[in-house]
Amino acid sequence: MKDPGYWSIFLNAALVNNFVLAYFLGICPFFGVSAKLETAVRMSGAVAFVMLVASMCAFGINLVLEAINAPYLRIISYILVISSTVQLVEMLMRKLSPPTFRALGIFLPLITTNCAIFGLALFQTNKGYGFAQAIVYALGAAAGFALALVLMAGVREKLDLADVPEIFKGTAAALIVAGILSMGFMGFAGLGR
Amino acid sequence: MGDARKVLIDPLVDNNPVTLQVLGICSALAVTTSLLPALLMCVALTAVAALSTAAISSIRNRIPNNIRIIVHMTIIASFVIIVDQLLRAYAFETSKQLSVFVGLIITNCIVLGRAEAFAMKNGVGLSFLDGLGNGLGYSVILIIVATIRELTGAGTLLGYPILPLVSDGGWYEANGLMLLPPSAFFIIGLLIWGVRSWRTAQAEHPDYRIHQVHRTEVL
Repeated sequence: MKDPGYWSIFLNAALVNNFVLAYFLGICPFFGVSAKLETAVRMSGAVAFVMLVASMCAFGINLVLEAINAPYLRIISYILVISSTVQLVEMLMRKLSPPTFRALGIFLPLITTNCAIFGLALFQTNKGYGFAQAIVYALGAAAGFALALVLMAGVREKLDLADVPEIFKGTAAALIVAGILSMGFMGFAGLGR
Repeated sequence: MGDARKVLIDPLVDNNPVTLQVLGICSALAVTTSLLPALLMCVALTAVAALSTAAISSIRNRIPNNIRIIVHMTIIASFVIIVDQLLRAYAFETSKQLSVFVGLIITNCIVLGRAEAFAMKNGVGLSFLDGLGNGLGYSVILIIVATIRELTGAGTLLGYPILPLVSDGGWYEANGLMLLPPSAFFIIGLLIWGVRSWRTAQAEHPDYRIHQVHRTEVL
């Protein structure tokens, strides 16, 4: 396998294979907190932080597991380390920034079960990234997540004012919007090779 | 008996985890490009959901409340590892197509959501049925979406040609877009729209937390 450069890893994770719109990871927060722009921005920040931490944790754990030749333990050890990290962030946030904590509400604990974060850890392992590459990958994924979330929130804020059939409102409309966004992101295919 | 029946049947349409609760969408979108991996995913998820809710329910009185999520995760992860290893042993090719998505069952909101909302309050038998029902509800949607995508995108079902393609001398022009990510969003979106028009009660479900926040903010 050829060794991709940092810039191409970043572009790949952020645009070409956007976690939300191409891999369908992190869809729950994507629909859950994208109703309001401000919340979306904060959520992206939290996700970016957790992604970075998760990526570093995953790299470390993988080294250990390779050393003791027990790769089947990957899933369980990743999830435990990552979810404890998230709980740590939650506690820190409650202490340091109560308004943010209130704004994100139930979604912070849900970052634990965010497939984007866990998927990131698994993908980076599958692709055999080194430490620096993994960090760049996490940054790219976080940037892509933030981009998708903020775009979505912008659209949905406008959509609220539009005359949408009552039954179509909410999730159904959001999914269709996501589909259109996803089509837009397909235009990036082939970038950063 | 009525209870058990309700718990098992309800998630299929009336309380479907995907269309009503909008949980577990991630994998519903990702693995549905063709029917075979989707079916495998359904079996995997249903097995994990049923077994882990039963396991969690059986120790629910011993789980300390503060760390319950971690405990749930550990139990679910153990089942996922078993399923993952089984798939690798017996269906290696398809499991490669599913790539990380089997591992991602751990983070599937359906499993954790049922553990949290149902298994912590109910007995083992009921919880097992609840997990099974929700897994089947998820499967129904997955199979519908995968069938539509594989049939219109490649003209095949489970790899067997159904609609003869133009390239093979038939009449059907394969719609490549159906195999790409956007179509998954569209199909599920339309599906949810359809289900909600059919069962109008689902549209204004007061339990749906995200909508409540959203509505008050608009006011």
